Amino acid sequence: MLGAIPILRMGDVLLTTVHIELRDAVAEAFQADVLSAIERSHVTGLIIDISGLDMVDSYVARILAETGRMARLMGTETVLCGMRPEVSATLVRMGYLMAGVHAALDLDEGLQLLRSIQGAR
Amino acid sequence: MMTTRSHREMRIETEDDVILVRRAVRALAEANGFDVFATAALTTAASELTRNVWVHARKGVAVIEEVTNGTRAGVRVTFRDEGPGIADVERAMAGGFSTARTMGLGLSGSRRLVDQFELHSAVGQGTTVEIVKWKAL
Repeated sequence: MLGAIPILRMGDVLLTTVHIELRDAVAEAFQADVLSAIERSHVTGLIIDISGLDMVDSYVARILAETGRMARLMGTETVLCGMRPEVSATLVRMGYLMAGVHAALDLDEGLQLLRSIQGAR
Repeated sequence: MMTTRSHREMRIETEDDVILVRRAVRALAEANGFDVFATAALTTAASELTRNVWVHARKGVAVIEEVTNGTRAGVRVTFRDEGPGIADVERAMAGGFSTARTMGLGLSGSRRLVDQFELHSAVGQGTTVEIVKWKAL
């Protein structure tokens, strides 16, 4: 399952788009792939685009938030981009807090947010 | 009075069934004209509850039905397993509590996403959860 979700490097930022329904094995491999890519490429920012996901259950939410917290321990901030309105509404209603990740409306906003976070430190 | 318009039974035996069950539920919600918010809520609840069956009982069944109460269309999903059952239902429903690798929001979170939620569980005998989501008028 390794490599099911491509991870691209753009300067000091890693960009990944979750475009497929995440099976458990894929989700766990994705987390490991992202952390290895951060170590290899020495980036300080990670963008996860989830605009393609029409559903995020607590399992996938946990994988995403955990990935952000793990990346932070490695010195990399994570911005989650493009969460759809119905996904956001569902997660909040369930009571799930996405602690550990920043969020932005789309990729452009996400990159800007990362720049300002990186500029601040 | 709730009448059943269609009935489909799906077995939950592998991790992939989490995806198959929620796809079937989504298709039914969409076919019945649910908006994207109601569809996401119901689909997510189905995903949580199917995963609960898989994680806690390893196998079970999801019964997916189109229902109507005369004026509104709805989707009812019943999850049944013969797993270990829940010793403390109240505590399990309070959320943030998990005995396995789910994160403890499965039951309490699902309840907040649907219009009707009923849980029956007996230790050593299994658990049944029935949820209904109605199409917004």
